[in-house]
Amino acid sequence: MTVTKGGSAPEGADGKGDMTGDDNYVLSERRLERERHKRARARRATAVASLSTLVTAVVLYLVVVNAPGWPRTKETFFSAQYAREALPKVLEGLWLNVRLLVICGAAVLVLGMVIAIARTLRGPVFFPLRVLAAAYTDFFRGLPLIINLMIVVLGVPALRLQGVTVDPVLLGGTALTLTYSAYVAEVFRAGIESVHPSQLAAARSLGLTNRQALRHVVLPQAVRRQVPPLLNDLVSLQKDTGLVSIGGAVDAVRAADIIVGRSLNYTPYIVAGLVFVALTIPMTRFTDWVTARMDRRRAQGGSL
Amino acid sequence: MSDAPVLRMESVRKTFAGSVVLRDVGLEVAPHTVTALIGASGSGKSTLLRCANLLEEIDDGAIWLDGEEITDPRVDQDAVRRRIGVVFQAYNLFPHMTVLDNVTLAPRRVHGVPREEAEERARGLLERLGLGDKATAYPDRLSGGQQQRVAIVRALAVRPRLLLLDEITAALDPELVGEVLEVVRGLKDDGMTMVLATHEMGFARDVADQVCFLDGGVVLERGTAEEVFGDPQQERTRRFLRRVVEAGRL
Repeated sequence: MTVTKGGSAPEGADGKGDMTGDDNYVLSERRLERERHKRARARRATAVASLSTLVTAVVLYLVVVNAPGWPRTKETFFSAQYAREALPKVLEGLWLNVRLLVICGAAVLVLGMVIAIARTLRGPVFFPLRVLAAAYTDFFRGLPLIINLMIVVLGVPALRLQGVTVDPVLLGGTALTLTYSAYVAEVFRAGIESVHPSQLAAARSLGLTNRQALRHVVLPQAVRRQVPPLLNDLVSLQKDTGLVSIGGAVDAVRAADIIVGRSLNYTPYIVAGLVFVALTIPMTRFTDWVTARMDRRRAQGGSL
Repeated sequence: MSDAPVLRMESVRKTFAGSVVLRDVGLEVAPHTVTALIGASGSGKSTLLRCANLLEEIDDGAIWLDGEEITDPRVDQDAVRRRIGVVFQAYNLFPHMTVLDNVTLAPRRVHGVPREEAEERARGLLERLGLGDKATAYPDRLSGGQQQRVAIVRALAVRPRLLLLDEITAALDPELVGEVLEVVRGLKDDGMTMVLATHEMGFARDVADQVCFLDGGVVLERGTAEEVFGDPQQERTRRFLRRVVEAGRL
């Protein structure tokens, strides 16, 4: 939806804009005094927060560093030498994770939507489809992802089917898509059900068929509402792409694994972990931003 | 189609989970007339309208639109709804669409009117109802009265044969009621056939050719506005109108 920043938006940049209005209002002494007080209070709060953070950090550091096993742990988990060696390899592997995320993410959104719509279809013809969709979500939401991956990545090649891939990346991606589609289908379904029945009634009263009403009235509202939980699932998918390494695909985790196997030093795992965190943080922030924006719109009296 | 009724109901029965809402309702709406349904809350006014538009399935009886029985299960319900416009108490505008898209959705998707033509007609209607400058606004930027007028335009955009108005001023602030009722008056002057459920007795008296008092799941009393408001025959009608007068609504 286009967010029209209408001329009469009373919300200043961040509430700090000078709210003087268009009359010839002059800031009163009372207001100036209050604002001075608020500023002083804000400065005090910042100072306390900084001090408290510092103390916490120092305490944590001392606890870790003075732990009896620290020197050895430091050697095996935080070796600068191995970190330098691992980083380029891990980043190289990460490219595979990113590609998996993009392709699986797109596939998951499509498949999830198809399953969600299948579950809302009315009419006797669609009975088997409805049952199938329900069974699918029940099964794949319950099946642990790691087991799903093993079955698909290790089981499918064992069948030795003609023309079916044995590529661990493709199979791993398939397994991820299977599991995540089930989750995303539920997210979409919740969105569809959250659209008030009066919207459907209004659409039907205009002569729209059930399908047209779904397509033009219900789904657009459902999807919009579900953007935050969808992004949440995408963040989750992003890190779970690391699990395709169990089939031998050389992603960031597997790249680290190889070095660990050779050196018996665990630093590459830490490197890979941090790289994943670094990748998910922007996405998490983006999710927060979208959610906050939507909350704000709702608070302004918008119904989305 | 001279004087054949646009809408006719006979022995309509509707229950919800065992409780009878419409027991035995008969109704005839002549072309270019306004019928007002009055009665206490829960007397079945809204249900009657929803049944007429097939948003609810009736248990027994029959409903005819222009002589065609629309309660026959073999009838294409979507095609029936295309000929009936509905305006709801809570507006039910589509919040994710601009005013213009709200109004042109059905003409374009259901009736296959090209976008330009649909928009031109929509703008004309919006203009007429004093909403010319709101075409690109989203519903949440409009006042209740404006939203309800948009809802009326949306219902009119498909050139319905019959317009059903379900308590369309009940959710409005008192100062906004007038602007919406003014629109309905204008539609009456244009000859639109309408059935309206309302608590605005003064308005019903003013605008309705036929007034039906619903009570206990039946049309207990029917007649011209003068007959029903001026000289009610039934004791229950008299009691209802007395309460309305005491509440200052007439």
